[in-house]
Amino acid sequence: MRYLPHTPADRQAMLAAIGVDGIDALFVDVPGQALLPAALDLPHHAGEMAVEESLTAMAGRSLPAGAAACFLGAGAYRHHVPAAVDHLIQRSEFLTAYTPYQPEVSQGTLQYLFEFQTQVALLTGMEVANASMYDGASACAEAVLMAHRVTKRNKALLCGGLHPHYADATSTVTQFIEFDVDTRPANPSVVEDLGALIDADTACVVVQTPDLFGRLHDLRPLAAAAHAKGALLVAVVTEFVSLGAVMSPGEMGADIVVGEGQAIGNALNFGGPYLGLFATRQKFVRQMPGRVCGETVDEDGRRGYVLTLSTREQHIRREKATSNICTNSGLCCLAFCIHLSLLGEVGLRQLAQLNHSGAVHLAEQLAALDGVEVVNESFFNEFTLRLPRPAEAVVGELVGHGVLAGVPVSRLYPDDPELANLLLVATTETNSEGDVAAFINALREVLS
Amino acid sequence: MSKPIETSSGHRGLDLAEPLIFELDGPGRCGVDLPEPDAVTNRLGGLERQAAIGLPGLSEPQVVRHFVRLSRNNFAIDAGLYPLGSCTMKHNPRLNEKVARLPGFADLHPMQPMETVQGALELIDTLAEWLCALTGMSAIAMSPAAGAHGELCGLMCIRAALEAKGDARQVVLVPTSAHGTNPATAAICGYRIEEIPADDRGRVDLAALKEKLGPHVAAIMLTNPNTCGLFETQIVEIAEAVHAAGAYFYCDGANFNAIVGKVRPGDLGIDCMHLNLHKTFSTPHGGGGPGSGPVVLAEALAPYAPLPMVVRGADGLELVEHKSEALGTAASFGRLKGFHGQMGMFVRALAFILSHGADGLRQVSEDAVLNANYVLARLQDLLTLSFPGPCMHEALFDDRFLQGTGVSTLDFAKAMIDEGFHPMTMYFPLVVSGAMLIEPTESESKDSLDQFIATMRHLAERARQGDAGYFAGAPHLAPYRRLNETQAARQPVLRWRPAVQEAAE
Amino acid sequence: MSEIYYTEDHEWILVEGDIGTCGISEFAQEQLGDIVYVELPEPGKVVAQNDELAVVESVKAASEIYAPVSGEITESNDELVDEPGKINEDAMGDGWFFKIRISDAKELEDLLDKAAYEALIAGQR
Repeated sequence: MRYLPHTPADRQAMLAAIGVDGIDALFVDVPGQALLPAALDLPHHAGEMAVEESLTAMAGRSLPAGAAACFLGAGAYRHHVPAAVDHLIQRSEFLTAYTPYQPEVSQGTLQYLFEFQTQVALLTGMEVANASMYDGASACAEAVLMAHRVTKRNKALLCGGLHPHYADATSTVTQFIEFDVDTRPANPSVVEDLGALIDADTACVVVQTPDLFGRLHDLRPLAAAAHAKGALLVAVVTEFVSLGAVMSPGEMGADIVVGEGQAIGNALNFGGPYLGLFATRQKFVRQMPGRVCGETVDEDGRRGYVLTLSTREQHIRREKATSNICTNSGLCCLAFCIHLSLLGEVGLRQLAQLNHSGAVHLAEQLAALDGVEVVNESFFNEFTLRLPRPAEAVVGELVGHGVLAGVPVSRLYPDDPELANLLLVATTETNSEGDVAAFINALREVLS
Repeated sequence: MSKPIETSSGHRGLDLAEPLIFELDGPGRCGVDLPEPDAVTNRLGGLERQAAIGLPGLSEPQVVRHFVRLSRNNFAIDAGLYPLGSCTMKHNPRLNEKVARLPGFADLHPMQPMETVQGALELIDTLAEWLCALTGMSAIAMSPAAGAHGELCGLMCIRAALEAKGDARQVVLVPTSAHGTNPATAAICGYRIEEIPADDRGRVDLAALKEKLGPHVAAIMLTNPNTCGLFETQIVEIAEAVHAAGAYFYCDGANFNAIVGKVRPGDLGIDCMHLNLHKTFSTPHGGGGPGSGPVVLAEALAPYAPLPMVVRGADGLELVEHKSEALGTAASFGRLKGFHGQMGMFVRALAFILSHGADGLRQVSEDAVLNANYVLARLQDLLTLSFPGPCMHEALFDDRFLQGTGVSTLDFAKAMIDEGFHPMTMYFPLVVSGAMLIEPTESESKDSLDQFIATMRHLAERARQGDAGYFAGAPHLAPYRRLNETQAARQPVLRWRPAVQEAAE
Repeated sequence: MSEIYYTEDHEWILVEGDIGTCGISEFAQEQLGDIVYVELPEPGKVVAQNDELAVVESVKAASEIYAPVSGEITESNDELVDEPGKINEDAMGDGWFFKIRISDAKELEDLLDKAAYEALIAGQR
């Protein structure tokens, strides 16, 4: 076994040093009947070449997005990740370190977490951010729990344009405590008046922008309405590249901003691991869940960083912790931080413009097709199409044309026939003119 | 100690001082080349960003240098022994990184049509089968993102199953030695926590447990091997007592790496258990994540498992993403996170499993246990062992051997840094004073352990000889001296701010 | 005339008339180490004996502070919010947490006097 250093002689010598005859003398505390006498009847060890071959074959039984014209979004976006990002995150010192509990030998991790927190705060227009959470959906659930702690109120109002995975994760996490989640119906043709639904029990209103259907929302009126009634406004962003072109939720009055950071620095990975982002106002910092990194000095007065405010966390506070979460998405944060450092102010704004102009072009061309309607007034790089027949079938037919056309809304809302013809279409800088032409031509053909 | 030599640059040889990325800003600089966007009439609904974001501008070489310099301030398992008890810092094979990046896994959108992702579903299904077989359990929920998320998943299954029987009950029993995530998770599931004391052997006190059991108890959450590195010898009796009270047995599988291939937890009577793929199956810790925490379930809990799940349909594998009576998912407690789970971690874990096979995994736990017991045997005369051995994959010492020396567990740990080792887990578990929990893992050779042992013996003797000042000042040779955590917590500075703005405030 | 009592949770209450001034003991501040944060009750809050009332945090530990007696909070030591180090410096004096108007003086009988408290911590040292 290439990963195991001991020779049989080493093992014998060590057993002798311990003073036992055989390895099972060390498993003596296991109830006898439960100790397996031999290896399970499953395949035995395999060399690197064999494992690589079998997994490569398995990978070959899927169609990578890059091998097709891919227009899928709905909370996961295919952007170009510069080669330097993946190279740097694979450095041993980042990849194979643990949570930075010994700051004297973990300043690499701690400093990038501090930089990452700053980047997230800047993008969202908030004062502070944590060192990340599992993903956007779980960050959303944690935001609602935090609003519950801050306001001591027992209800959350979720907009209909909130990604249903986020709404579901929120309902799941709050289902066994005294808390109600009011998820509004999903419908891209309806303008919601959430402000009117806020009452004295409302802990927070959760609004996604751009929302599931791609629509952008001016949060200012809602922030005012929420604050007037003592509720918090939670803004959700699932495509962080949008913040290069769109006003930040912080500027529009949000109290907590959560979202999915995958779009910056991270591959699609079939849905995970992703990167939950969490930012809020300074005054709520002790109610914020998750790890945070803070600045300090060492004994020689040199600036350095430590994990701080840990008394909020489970390993100290146990059942009174702000959250049960222990792990963050360390390496995904690093990828985000490096990619955003490469982009910088100029690059991110240009990338966002590029995405938006591509989407505007695509929307125009799609709208020109017979029977196809672009539902959105406003959008960033994703919008909703209304097709003349169920989107799921159309998407299935387009696969044969080498086009991954988008996410049928019915995949997310299978029980709502009104949404069956809707298709979410996203485009990024990775979509070439050829991809767009392939999509338009194939869709024309399939619909004719 | 002689005074360190001052340099004019602030760098010290290979130890290069590095400012924050924001302090390297060159306005207008950019590390990517992008095409010029076409001029279009924007459709941003009047919400165009007006204000600058405040991100710094750097070229690619500057960015690369920045992060390479940062990386050099980190200790890592690739560089040396990292015996963090309960964290399982084992070798991370690079093959696993390579296969996780195959486009057929890494470049798949989670919402692609099912027929285009059959290989990915096959991977999830294959890993699921292995995990069920290794644990002797009948079902599995793959989506939890980490260990604590897995705990949440398992406890929610238990709560849903009890509610289906008409009574969710009120209390979850947790041993005093438990990970902090256990009580935190139980609280989110609406349960009150009652602690069960340990006996003088470091195991659950069965008599005390039986006294606490009753119709109000929903579950016990028990780590096995436990956080003292000991196998719960009475685990079968514990399971029987818990079941007799109509409660469920949640096993925290954080320490499954001690018994994988040797013991199937299903044979011990547990009802559910999470697996930390980043521990037992070596997906890299990455400086704190991402993790992955699939949960194996007994038949009684399987109907309540979260969505989505992979099932075999008529046209191959498919993901069930919504409750459906026909597929038996109607009772599911719901969805825990976005999409389908930590796919990137699944690929790495399966590569680890296929590389080791059933025989190799058995050897993994045998070697992990052998290594811990070797450390225990060679240190027990100088350090104070908390409970008699044999231990499982980790050896627990406490600070009695430091009594009267003026050296604390923390000081001792910091001195280990100067000796080139990452410290062990300190002050956990809470059931002994000044805990030192040492987990060498199977990745360490005998030579490496001998060096470690020699160092620990040297430090223990040095502490006894009354060199408290040396320990209090440690680390002397790390990139940084001890950091002031009090200052960080009293006046939290959690982000960088430009100097001008600071002056204006 | 004033009298001091202690609780088993290491709080003290100095009683002057119907007002009690409360804090944590010297022993408690030593055990916690550098205190970094306190959360204090709002004046006007009415509490029952043993209600959770405040939180005190060091870098690595957090403790709840319970009401030693029932009553109404009349004042909180807001200076601690910015300077929690005062608790370490003078736990029994400037580091006081809050004042409470005692509603039932009989409850003081449940508490420890100085000698009893010193005996208690002697066993814990």
